[in-house]
Amino acid sequence: MSQPMVEYLLRLGDDRLILGHRLSEWCGHGPILEEDIATTNIALDLLGHAIMFLRLAGQLEGRGRDEDALAYWRDEQQFRNLQLCELPNGDFGFTTLRQFLFDAWSVHLLEALARSSHAELAAIAAKALKETRYHLRHSGEWVQRLGDGTEESRGRMQAALDELWPWTGELAYQDAVDVALQREGVVPDLESLRKPWEVMVRDVLTRATLSIPEGPPRMTGGRFGRHTEHLGHLLAELQIVARSHPGAKW
Amino acid sequence: MDPEVPVLSIVELGIVRGVEVDRASDSVTVTVTPTYSGCPAMHAIEAEIRSALQAAGFPNVLLKTVYAPAWTTDWISEPAREKLRGYGIAPPGTTATGPLVSLGRAPSRIPCPFCGSSNTTLQSEFGATACKSLHVCHACRQPFEHFKAF
Repeated sequence: MSQPMVEYLLRLGDDRLILGHRLSEWCGHGPILEEDIATTNIALDLLGHAIMFLRLAGQLEGRGRDEDALAYWRDEQQFRNLQLCELPNGDFGFTTLRQFLFDAWSVHLLEALARSSHAELAAIAAKALKETRYHLRHSGEWVQRLGDGTEESRGRMQAALDELWPWTGELAYQDAVDVALQREGVVPDLESLRKPWEVMVRDVLTRATLSIPEGPPRMTGGRFGRHTEHLGHLLAELQIVARSHPGAKW
Repeated sequence: MDPEVPVLSIVELGIVRGVEVDRASDSVTVTVTPTYSGCPAMHAIEAEIRSALQAAGFPNVLLKTVYAPAWTTDWISEPAREKLRGYGIAPPGTTATGPLVSLGRAPSRIPCPFCGSSNTTLQSEFGATACKSLHVCHACRQPFEHFKAF
C-alpha cells in the first residue's frame, strides 16, 4: 500500500488479465463459429488492456518488473482482480452475462478514468474505452437475445443472474488506495458510478425479461488478495509455461 | 505494410504518427499508435519498422508508443480507402457513437466492395482480425469483409 497508484493499476490490469484468460478458454469451444471468434477477439482486447495497465504499474513501481513478470511471477494472494472475473465460465449464457455486468461497469469506470489528472492513466483509459464500448454492445445484445429467447435460454440466463448478482457487490469496493488517489483527482469515487451502472444494467435485464435476485452481496476480498478457490487453478494454467522455462523466448 | 491488410502501409493506416531523424547519431525515432489493443499484428509491425530502418542504414531505431489521441479509422485517407475497396475489403465509414446497447438497431447496409450493391447484411461483428466484420452481399452473392469504423 506504499504506492497507491501501483496498487490501483494492478486492480485494473488484473481484472482484465484474468477475465481475458477466462474468455480465451472458449477458443475452439464457442457455440457457433462467429461467437468463438468474437469471444477470443474480446479476450485479446482485454489482454491488450491488461498489458497497458500492468506495464505502467511496473514502471511506476520501479523494481524492474514488466507486465510479463507481473502476470507470470506473482502468486494468488498478490492478484488484485475482482472475484467476479475469476469464476469459471459455466455455459455460454453465464459467460456472456458476466461479461455484460463487467463491460457495463468497465465503460463507466473508464469514462471517468479518461478524465484523470494522471495523463498516462487517462490515455490508456481513453484507448481501452473505445474497445470496451463495442464489447458492451456485443454482450448486452446477447443478454437480451438469450434472456428474451426460448424457455431453455431464459431459464439458463435467470440461473446465471441468480448466481452472478451477489458477486457484483465487489465492483464498487474501495479503500484507502482509492481515497488517496481521489484526493488528487486521479480516480473517481466508485460509489458515484454504482447508480448509473445499475440503471444501465436494469434496463437491459428488464428488456431481457430477467429479474434481479434479492439478497445480500457476497463477501469481498479480491482487491486485497482474498480469492475463491478457482483463481489458483486458473493461474496454474496461465503461468505453467513461463515458470517451467524461465526466460524462454519464442 | 500491414501484415493483415497487405495493400495498406502503416503510414496510410495512421499507425505512424511521426518520424524524427538524428543525423549526428544515425538514429531514428518512430512514434506509433496502436490500432486495436489486442491486435497481435502490432508486434510484427514494430519488428518490421526496426528491420526496414536498419536495412536503410539507421542502426539505432527508437520506437515510441503513444496512446493519446487514440487511433481511429478516420485517419485512413481517401486514396487508402479506395485501395481497400480494390482489395475486396469494404472501407470504414465515419465513426459515430450510437446507443450502447440496442437490439433493434437498423441493419447495417455496408456497400459491397465487389458490385457496389447496398443489399447486404452483417454476418458477424468480429471477423478474422479485430478490425474487420463479416458481411454478405445478396446481389452478387459474395461474402466480404468490412474494415469497421472505429
